[in-house]
Order: sequence, then structure tokens, then C-alpha cells
Amino acid sequence: MKIHEYQGKQLLKKFGVVVPRGVFCQSVDEAVKAAESLGGKLWVVKAQIHAGGRGKGGGVKVAKSLDEVREFAGQILGMQLVTHQTGPVGQKVRRLLVEEGADIRKEYYVAALTDRTTQTVAMMASSEGGMDIEKVAHDTPEKILKVFVDPEAGLSTAQAAELATGIGVPAESVDRAVAALQGLFKCYMETDASLAEINPLILEGDGNIKAIDAKFNFDSNALYRQPEIVAFRDLDEEDPDELEASKHDLSYISLDGNIGCLVNGAGLAMATMDTIKYFGAEPANFLDVGGGATTEKVTSAFQIMLKNPKVKGILVNIFGGIMRCDTIATGVVAAARETHLAVPLVVRMKGTNEDIGKKILSDSGLPIITADTMADAATKIVAAVK
Amino acid sequence: MSILINKDTKIITQGMTGKTGQFHTEKCQEYANGKNCFVAGVNPKKAGESLLGIPIFGSVKDAAVATGATVSVIYVPPPGAAAAIWEAVEADLDLVVCITEGIPVRDMLIVRNRMKKREAAGGKKTLLLGPNCPGLITPDEVKIGIMPGHIHRKGRIGVVSRSGTLTYEAVGQLTEIGLGQSTAVGTGGDPINGLKHIDIMRMFNDDPDTDAVIMIGEIGGPDEADAAMWCKANMKKPIVGFIAGVTAPAGKRMGHAGALISGGADTADAKLAIMEECGFTVTRDPSEMARLITKLI
Repeated sequence: MKIHEYQGKQLLKKFGVVVPRGVFCQSVDEAVKAAESLGGKLWVVKAQIHAGGRGKGGGVKVAKSLDEVREFAGQILGMQLVTHQTGPVGQKVRRLLVEEGADIRKEYYVAALTDRTTQTVAMMASSEGGMDIEKVAHDTPEKILKVFVDPEAGLSTAQAAELATGIGVPAESVDRAVAALQGLFKCYMETDASLAEINPLILEGDGNIKAIDAKFNFDSNALYRQPEIVAFRDLDEEDPDELEASKHDLSYISLDGNIGCLVNGAGLAMATMDTIKYFGAEPANFLDVGGGATTEKVTSAFQIMLKNPKVKGILVNIFGGIMRCDTIATGVVAAARETHLAVPLVVRMKGTNEDIGKKILSDSGLPIITADTMADAATKIVAAVK
Repeated sequence: MSILINKDTKIITQGMTGKTGQFHTEKCQEYANGKNCFVAGVNPKKAGESLLGIPIFGSVKDAAVATGATVSVIYVPPPGAAAAIWEAVEADLDLVVCITEGIPVRDMLIVRNRMKKREAAGGKKTLLLGPNCPGLITPDEVKIGIMPGHIHRKGRIGVVSRSGTLTYEAVGQLTEIGLGQSTAVGTGGDPINGLKHIDIMRMFNDDPDTDAVIMIGEIGGPDEADAAMWCKANMKKPIVGFIAGVTAPAGKRMGHAGALISGGADTADAKLAIMEECGFTVTRDPSEMARLITKLI
């Protein structure tokens, strides 16, 4: 689960990381009032959407007067912000963060994430703040420093100081950078984050270290014990179909192709998508119906897939284990009837009660095409939509 | 022969008295020598009682001492699952199989680090399979986990995969063309887990009754590449390899918590390329896995 920058900064502040003073706003008037209350002569008006690359897309502006705050807030609020992470349609801006300006002398990059190889938390830091960190990692990997932290022992002062001096924080500010790094680590652990990134972390003229941006991702397995994080959830930022699917306990991701697929198990679902591509078409979605599929669940899955106007055919691939093929077949027949299915449907079933399942499909009188193998199923659905 | 488990393995079930645990324990009992293998359940509130003819103990340690069991399987719900793993480790078991899906990553990080520290301090090495895995099976001997037993057949092909149903797919294909399995192992879909592909490949390499292996992977993480490099230098048996997720977009979690492309090496194409370089017979058509094996043995 992702959150907004202003929410991330609230979290960081709670863990002792210094952030600029700022106010969350939802209207132009609120933005101007916020700037007035913050005082000073320089403000930053920042679009709040979950995607990165907001600055380049015109979603972050520096205002030198209250009139400019009004002007920029008006431009940004309601705009369809396009960044490299939003896709070509962009994301509508509904929320703003108005902050005091910062006296930026140097920009750094710091982040915490789970490292699968060492099974520890990797704390990363770089002198190349404000840049696309993937590009830095690719072009100049030596400029990214990493220390691996035992999650129970925590980030030691020595480890944090090693990172801070390694990225060139001046001696008089190292203590402040250590506090920021330790705060970030603690915040990462205690909120069950899967990524916590500050880019940039800045050095100001007076030696202060401040987080200018905050990007968080959270472990969805842990949300049950993180009510504060769950309260940050912004449904406007989520794909409506994926959201609808999650309500039915379906794991769904929309893709660009024209063949919808419904599969049990994440690995088999990906393999089914790949097989569709291998035989010459593109999948329209990933959909794992899970272990306990009921008729209602299969019907919801069909409805969600069919909401996508690009879908020209559906492939159902089930390996029956605990979930029996006859249960799924009954669900598929009911779903096809309920949705008045008008596109070709290929069903491939293996495993427990396969024969009974196939009989249910053929007895239904519906034009369901059956298949024996994944290759057979993919070939048939690709041919049917051409 | 087989790897990790056989008909003489004695098993404790943690979370046996819950709905899922009870359902699957019954299926495991019904499979091959299961009646003799599943010897204990654990539930502190029901110690002294029994379920499905299996005695329930107050702790894993009590169960291990009383029955001589060396393996446990866990169906405990996510909030308590990492603690259940740790309890099994502290009871000095040889192998813990954690089926539970949805354990917070932080809990797994902490328990894995504790396991490593315990081992480094001279404690017994307990192997962990999973979490979020289907378990493992040695056909005609014993099954530990949630896979459908009837699709398996005893034989000489090893199968290892992160995914449950994709393992079943490989097993189903093998059985259909008359090839049995020595052991089929699901390592699980979580980012922080125990045994990895490389560990299972080592075991298959050393198992005199495994002739060839189907190794299945998916997007995300370094496991498949690590295993491929090891195999290049050490593996004496032919391998068919498949990676799921060629069509998966970057930055999206594909069902499994660990199936996420966050960098170039995470992609299916990158993994397939390394596996091919390391001498695997790779395929992009998962329907071909078993047929390719027949060409190699």
C-alpha cells in the first residue's frame, strides 16, 4: 500500500526526522491561507499523487508571493498530472501540500528496504540526491552505499555515521544525518514498511538535515496491525477494478492485451499469461481466483474482466487440487449466464474431479470451448479472437 | 530414496485444531503412509486431548520428546505463525514446513535472523520450508502440505517451484506421460523464506534416486539466478527450467508477495537467460516441461 508525501512526512516527523513545515490542502483558498500561516517569502506548492516524477510533470512549483501560491495552486489542483509512473492518461490531482521553502545546499538520497539476499534491512545512501536512483545504480553503482541491518539490533550510530560520511555530509552535520537515518530505520520497522525513501534529503545553509520528499510502501500482510497506516489509504489513487477485485478477495491486475484470464494460483496465473503471449496474443489481466473459489467469486471475476472493453475472449485455467474442477465448472457456467457472455470462452481444467467438471461444461449448452493443455487452451483462445 | 522426507518421517502439526489444519491433516493422513507419519498436534489449550486419532500436546517440545518427531508443519494464522516457526526451531526439529500465507515480512525478517544467530552460536540447524508454500511430497510415502496427493506418482524426477499450482502443473504433466517424481517441493511465494531453489537443487544432486529436475521460478528476487550459477558448476543431472511472468509489468505485485519486478535482474527474461547460460533446458511454453524432461533422460 502506498501513501502520499505529506502523510509520509507526518510519519518521519514522528520518528525524529526533520521535515519542512507544511500544510495539507484541498482548495486554492486553503493553499493561500496555509502559505500565510507558514509565513516567509518562499513556498513550495506540491501535487499529492502516489506516482513519482511529479516535478517534471509540472506538479511541483516554487512560489515567491501569495499571488503565485494562488496561481500555482489553481493550476495544479484538478490537473491531470502525467509522469513516467502514471501512464499516458495521468492522475487527477485532488490534494496539495504547501510547504515553507528550503535553503538547499546539497541533495542526498537515503532509503530503507528489505534485502532478500541477506534477509536483513538494507539502508542505502547516495551523494546523488534528487536524481532517478535507478539510473544512478545503473550508471555509477559505486555512488550508492549500503549497510545491512539486523532488524532486531537496529541501525547503530556507527553504521549510520559510516553512511553519512560516505556520502559527503560535512562533519558538523553528521550527527544530524545520523539522527535522520536512525529515524528512517525506526520508522521503516515500526510501520511495517516495505520501502521508505527520502529523495532528496537535504543539507541547508545552517547545517540542518531535512527530508524534502518522502516515499513509502507498506507490507500489505501487516496492515491488520497498522491502523494508522490504513487510515492514510487514498482510494482515489487506486485502480478501481483492482479495488473492486480486492473486495471479492481476488488478486487482479489490469494489463494491455485483449484476452482475459482467470486462474487459480499466482504462479499458474502468470504462466497462463505467458502462454497466451507465446501463442501470439496479449493477456488483458492477471487474475488469481485463489484457493476457495465459489460461484459468486467466479461471477465477480467475470464481471471485473468484462468491464474492460478491450477484452475479446476469456481463458479459464484451473488446476484442481483442494478446489475441485466441478465447483469451478458450476461457477463458470453460472458466471457466463449471469454476465450474458458474448465473447469466446476457453476452459482448461486439470486435477480433482476433472471429468465431472468437463461434463458440467458440455451439458450447459453454452458455447464453451474446452482444452486439454495450456498450449491447447492458448492456441484456441488466440484463434477465437482473431 | 528422496529428499527431506520419506515414509519414516514423524511429523508434528502446529495449528492442527484449526479448520485449515484439521482439513489438511486428514488429507495427509489418508495419503500413503500418512497415518503412521502424523504423530502429534500442538495446542496449549487442548494438551492431553486428541483429534483424528492424533494426540495433542501443549508445546512443540513436549510433542517432539513424547513422539520422537523431527519435522513440523504449520497452519497457524499469520499473526502467530512466525512465533510458531521459532517454537519449532527452539525444539531442535530438523525441518519446519510453514504453509501459512500472509505473514508480515518484518516477522519473517526477525525469525530468520534469530535462526541464523542461533545456528552461528552452535545451535542446531533447523531447515525452514516456506512460508506461503504448498509443502512437499515424496510420492507413495508421505505428503506434508496442501497439494492434491492423487496427481503424484512415485519416480525419479525432482520438482521444485515457488508456486503451488504451477508445481501441480509440472507434476500432472510428468504423471500423465508416465514419469514419476522423487520429491516435489514448493519453496513458497514470500520474499523472506527458508529453503531456496539452490538448497533444493543441492539435495536433488545428492539424491541417488533423482535423475533429472524440473526447476520452476517466477519474477522477483535472486533465487533462480543463484541456483542457476550453482548448478552450472556443480549439478550432475539435467534440468528443465521455466520462469513465470514474462508478461508481468514492473512494479506490480503479481499475487505472491515476492513476485515483484523492482530491477532488471528480477524479470523473467533475465532469469531465463541466466538459466540457459548455465546449461538448463529452458522453455517459454509451460506445457512443455515434462516432454522436455523425456528428451534429457
